[in-house]
Amino acid sequence: MSNSSDVIVVGAGVIGAACAYYAACSGLSVTVVDRGPVAAGTTGAGEGNLLVSDKEPGPELELALLSATLWRELAQELPARIEYEAKGGLVVASDATGMAELRKFAETQAGAGVTAEEIPPGRLHDLEPHLAPGLGGGFHYPQDAQVQPALATAHLLRASGARVRTGEEVTAVLTGPHGKVRGVRTAAGDLHAPYVVNAAGTWGGEVAWLAGAHLPVLPRRGFVLVTEPLPRLVRHKVYASDYVSGVASGSAALQTSVVVEGTPAGPVLIGGSRERVGFDRTLSVEALRRLAAQATMLFPVLAGVRAMRTYAGFRPYLPDHLPAIGTDPRVPGLLHACGHEGAGIGLAPATGLVVARLLTGDQPPLDVGPFRPGRFAPAA
Amino acid sequence: MPTSPSEPYDLAVIGAGPAGLAGAVTAGELGLSVALLDAAGTTGGQYFRHPAPGLGAARPQALHHDWAAFAALRRRLGASGVTHLAHHHVWTVQRQDDGPWTAHALTGAEGDTPVRVRARAILLAAGAYERQLPFPGWTLPGVVGAGGAQAMLKSGLVLPGQRVVVAGSGPLLLAVASSLATAGAHVPAVIEASGYLGYAHRPLTLVANPHKLLEAAVHGTALLRHRIPLRTRSAVTEVHGTDRVEAVTVSRLDRDWRPLPGTGRRIACDALAVGHGLLPRTELATGLGCATRRAPDGTHALALGDLQETSVPGLWAAGETGGIGGWQLACAEGELAGIAVAARLRGLPALTGSRRVRDLARRRDRMRAFADTMAAAHAPGPGWTGWLTDATDVCRCEEVTVGGIREAVTGLGARDTRTVKLLTRAGMGWCQGRMCGTAVACLAAAGTEQGTVPPSAERRPLAVPVPLGALADQPAENDRTS
Ligand SMILES: Cc1cc2nc3c(=O)[nH]c(=O)nc-3n(C[C@H](O)[C@H](O)[C@H](O)COP(=O)(O)OP(=O)(O)OC[C@H]3O[C@@H](n4cnc5c(N)ncnc54)[C@H](O)[C@@H]3O)c2cc1C
Ligand SMILES: Cc1cc2nc3c(=O)[nH]c(=O)nc-3n(C[C@H](O)[C@H](O)[C@H](O)COP(=O)(O)OP(=O)(O)OC[C@H]3O[C@@H](n4cnc5c(N)ncnc54)[C@H](O)[C@@H]3O)c2cc1C
Repeated sequence: MSNSSDVIVVGAGVIGAACAYYAACSGLSVTVVDRGPVAAGTTGAGEGNLLVSDKEPGPELELALLSATLWRELAQELPARIEYEAKGGLVVASDATGMAELRKFAETQAGAGVTAEEIPPGRLHDLEPHLAPGLGGGFHYPQDAQVQPALATAHLLRASGARVRTGEEVTAVLTGPHGKVRGVRTAAGDLHAPYVVNAAGTWGGEVAWLAGAHLPVLPRRGFVLVTEPLPRLVRHKVYASDYVSGVASGSAALQTSVVVEGTPAGPVLIGGSRERVGFDRTLSVEALRRLAAQATMLFPVLAGVRAMRTYAGFRPYLPDHLPAIGTDPRVPGLLHACGHEGAGIGLAPATGLVVARLLTGDQPPLDVGPFRPGRFAPAA
Repeated sequence: MPTSPSEPYDLAVIGAGPAGLAGAVTAGELGLSVALLDAAGTTGGQYFRHPAPGLGAARPQALHHDWAAFAALRRRLGASGVTHLAHHHVWTVQRQDDGPWTAHALTGAEGDTPVRVRARAILLAAGAYERQLPFPGWTLPGVVGAGGAQAMLKSGLVLPGQRVVVAGSGPLLLAVASSLATAGAHVPAVIEASGYLGYAHRPLTLVANPHKLLEAAVHGTALLRHRIPLRTRSAVTEVHGTDRVEAVTVSRLDRDWRPLPGTGRRIACDALAVGHGLLPRTELATGLGCATRRAPDGTHALALGDLQETSVPGLWAAGETGGIGGWQLACAEGELAGIAVAARLRGLPALTGSRRVRDLARRRDRMRAFADTMAAAHAPGPGWTGWLTDATDVCRCEEVTVGGIREAVTGLGARDTRTVKLLTRAGMGWCQGRMCGTAVACLAAAGTEQGTVPPSAERRPLAVPVPLGALADQPAENDRTS
């Protein structure tokens, strides 16, 4: 096996897989390296919500809208087993005040290209028969969709035809004259390429550091509760309006604003807790209590349903809650694609396409200024 | 009892089998307030399982060689002031900073009433469950777990069939075969995959464990009395039947457990009791980050200190959570742990310097060494996957086949149980991988340079399923949110 390719992607999560896929589509030869198996990191611990509904107008929403289009295309090209479902989202408000806020939010989104339909209280149960009575109404977002993240990642990688080296940790980024990237070092030997893409998710800061670059990626813990398999009780991705404020918040304290969704395999997933506690995997009964309380408030029928398991993941976040996508300002040949926080599955295809365009020297499909990795450079 | 409801117990013991009973009784007699929680309605665990009083079985001791030891423990339990919380299913254990531990349990007729038991120390004595390796036809009705068949006999006195082949690996098979025969079943053969030669390599451990020899002799004569042949280096490689078991094919194995072509022989039967030893039930502890050790049979048990403490201070373990070794070892470990907890909580280190502790520790070490010898002899050989076909079901809950798992490994980049699970759903069903975990780990490792790596100690943060309503009903905590 040759150890040279056009580009090395560090990280076989959904972001690395999307980078590999679009780079390969552009005719580049790609090697993907991961210290674990495919989807070993946060991708294997996330849910597969592809949301535009929770994003306010701005650069992240643009990335999400482009991704929504790309996911639809990918669903045609990849096997059905990635479980893509264009099921739409339903955001509900508990009362009229909450409804007024949702309305204002949806109006601002409309200008950016997001479709949302107001659902008065009397029609909520047409969309979701098991919702609690007495809610204030909601908004239906048809562009929201879903995939199974690990399967989507594995199939993106397979379709890319990239060489995938699992179980190999990158321990150094190799540089040549003028500090230009030459490849990476793993326990199994040196791999060579003129470009290295850092798609190491929550560990992106460490990989950047190996290259002498600076990227302050930090973990934000989240729990997901998985129920026993059920006949379809929940049809859309359903969440309460305070989810949006939880997503946008920078507070370290535990926040829970639950998203409830059914899966094709039967279990209902309940997620949405966020807290900054480093890489602590210990189960938090309080986080689970809040997820369960909010889910059963939305869907009282779930009270008698059993949670079979729970898992924790660590969302990769940057101080301004936007990902870093683009070339490193100081290390030629190094690109970053990490820090997608709670939206990496949704944002993956657009991220991959941007990276591929930068690698081939073509025009990126959108303004990548806000994602510049250099924005965190420490003041010299 | 703690003096007030808000006061934590000194010790909460999880599991009322031999280990937990011995630990609770010892700690109670040393003056600690103790809660003893178990999912079952009666004490005794797996070994001293007996019918609920209502079933009217006159002499449960008929199936037990060591009933007297259990009766003595039960008497002491009654006198010790230990609070026995039966029908308590513990789903997780937590600790806030350096405060007391909380055992979160479910109880009540529907098993959905949340209860929190607080204690200054925890003794985990949750025992073990049976290890299964799949083979073609193992999902057919009439195929039962060997230990499960034993447990059914002990608690309800039901036989899985009239002609029952007993197969798999490990000394439990002999016990199961003699119980079945004693209860009236015909056992055409005991099929053992290993050669039993491992024991012979270590005559010293055998000599140091005369009781084990005695036990083996008892089972041996029972087999003789009922004329049950023991076939070593053999395995059931296929089950036949349409609606239920009608026969099995038994094949000879090489040293690596690879079936030898052309050696298959059919045995008619209407049930198959099969098991490959036991897996320590460690999830409550591994969820807290407790270190594990790999036993010689590839299972993962909790790594324990000289006085039974796990790597997490304040959490002790005894019995099969720390490695498979039988009820006497479980009792010795439970007693040691009970003394160690009392010494720690009362600030009396001298308690652990006693002659009794030295004796117990010596017996424990000897029995552990023997258990390790046995475990090595019965460790599944890497060739066992040779009796699988691509169509064999591995995960029965989610109906994932060998072929599906092999495709995830060779085609999609899975290398371990977690990724196989994510890509195929193997292990996501009702049993949460307790049934298929070993097989999935072996198949996942097949393509890697390590060959057949042992299953890692899996993280399974909910030890039992929890209704969302019960989870939501927990009293709120405000101090763990940052
Ligand atoms: C509870 C929870 C729910 C979520 N729900 C959603 C959702 O519904 N929708 C959504 O869009 N997003 C969701 N997310 C966020 C999403 O999971 C992440 O944004 C996304 O998975 C990040 O992907 P990634 O490829 O950047 O990182 P990862 O998947 O973590 O991949 C990084 C990879 O890099 C590897 N790596 C690290 N260091 C090295 C090294 N030195 N050498 C080699 N390899 C290395 C790691 O092993 C890892 O496999 C959720 C997250 C959590 C925790
Ligand atoms: C199916 C089976 C059959 C066996 N048959 C024999 C035999 O015939 N002969 C023999 O010598 N040995 C047998 N053994 C081995 C025997 O179990 C041990 O030698 C001995 O019982 C170990 O004692 P222990 O206290 O460690 O665990 P156990 O006796 O297994 O006791 C553990 C207890 O913990 C409880 N528990 C577990 N998890 C929880 C939880 N989350 N919440 C609340 N309670 C919990 C269980 O209900 C159980 O009562 C068998 C084991 C199994 C699994």
